[in-house]
Amino acid sequence: MNNNLCETTVEGGWNFSRIVRRGRSVRITDLEGGANVSALFYNADNCSERYNMGDTLKIQHISSLFKHACIYSDMGRVLMSVTDTSLDWHDVICGVTNRDDIVKKFGANPYQKAHNEFYRNGYDSLTVELAKYGMTKRDFTNTVNFFSKTAIDEDGTMTFVEGASPAGSFVELRAEMDTLLVLDAGMHPLNPSTEYLRKPVKIELLACEPAAADDPCRMLCPENQRGFENSENYYL
Amino acid sequence: MSTLKESTLLEENARLNETVPAGTYWMKVVKKGETLRITDCEGNQAADTLFYNANDTDERYHANNTLRMQNNVYIQLGTEIRSNENNVMMTVVADTCGRHDTLGSACSCESNTSRYAHEKRFMHSCRDTFLQGILDWGQGMDKRDQVCNINFFMNVPVNPAGGSNFSDGISAPGKYVELKAEMDTLVFVSNCPQLNNPCNGYNPTPVKMTIWAA
Repeated sequence: MNNNLCETTVEGGWNFSRIVRRGRSVRITDLEGGANVSALFYNADNCSERYNMGDTLKIQHISSLFKHACIYSDMGRVLMSVTDTSLDWHDVICGVTNRDDIVKKFGANPYQKAHNEFYRNGYDSLTVELAKYGMTKRDFTNTVNFFSKTAIDEDGTMTFVEGASPAGSFVELRAEMDTLLVLDAGMHPLNPSTEYLRKPVKIELLACEPAAADDPCRMLCPENQRGFENSENYYL
Repeated sequence: MSTLKESTLLEENARLNETVPAGTYWMKVVKKGETLRITDCEGNQAADTLFYNANDTDERYHANNTLRMQNNVYIQLGTEIRSNENNVMMTVVADTCGRHDTLGSACSCESNTSRYAHEKRFMHSCRDTFLQGILDWGQGMDKRDQVCNINFFMNVPVNPAGGSNFSDGISAPGKYVELKAEMDTLVFVSNCPQLNNPCNGYNPTPVKMTIWAA
């Protein structure tokens, strides 16, 4: 069955947003390998409810996202669930680059000089996208960085894992609530590349069935069963 | 385990010394150059803490920037507490505890329902305390200003396999952390009332806030 409703290719270093309603999934594909997608999540009906990093991690006792893990809002509800992914680790800790990071690493490359090849940064890119929905810098929270892995040792030291996402790597997110997804396909802040990278990703909107009673994301842990109940209860 | 360092500051020289009972908040400006000490009076008590630029609260604590800039997931001696604009707000200049968390963030009535049981909705929580503080403070602040915070004295070991867990505390009576303000910083503490996990040793107790002038 072809359940692909529409698709967009987001160019490397660029922002994008769309509402993903219940009954829909998004599949994000790293087209060339080495992409990074920094994402923010909001309840599309009330953006004061949004992705909460702390709740997502402590509710599921996790420190990265992987297949069947869920993305929680600050209201105890599951916003989206990772129904499938080809990777075992998506970073939730490192956030995005700021303007100064890019200038320090790669030098200034402003629009006047480079036109549309100018260097962009994650913070400006995401906050500008948020502003399109009437939001401000106060609404910028914490990002999930899909396709990026930072190994963590016993002392808590983080090391960026190069080559973690080969071409064709994907993640599929099912909307458990009507979710405003805001993302930026810019470089991961710990990527040691000395070259400014532009890695495109494909975003497909897919029709999907709601989570069944024995859905593996729901059943990942008893906490998620209650989180799904909270989301379902919201729409009664 | 990270390095411990004791402070040379004496309490009798402090300009302010206040006790914050469990389940309440403390919200005060620490001026650039001043030093703030947070003391875990009776041990194993989580002090959930947020930071804002006192002159522009749109600039506030940001956990991701703080962690990525030091390549480490724990708050410890030498940590630069950073904002959404990636500026340094405060620096950890003394610490007798050793490690503090910023991945777990604050407890809430709503997350209690998924973490423990639906009936745990009706138990006091840090996020309600923070919201009370924000409402009392006014000046245009609202829930959007209640971002993921630091949990001083809370032990949340992250394991290399991608897991994490709230563990018994490594704090003890009288342990403290000291922060030097690198900008005028509005410091906002919720002294955690959580009763469902070991973060407060199942018995929430007071913390003490002490400020020394520059």
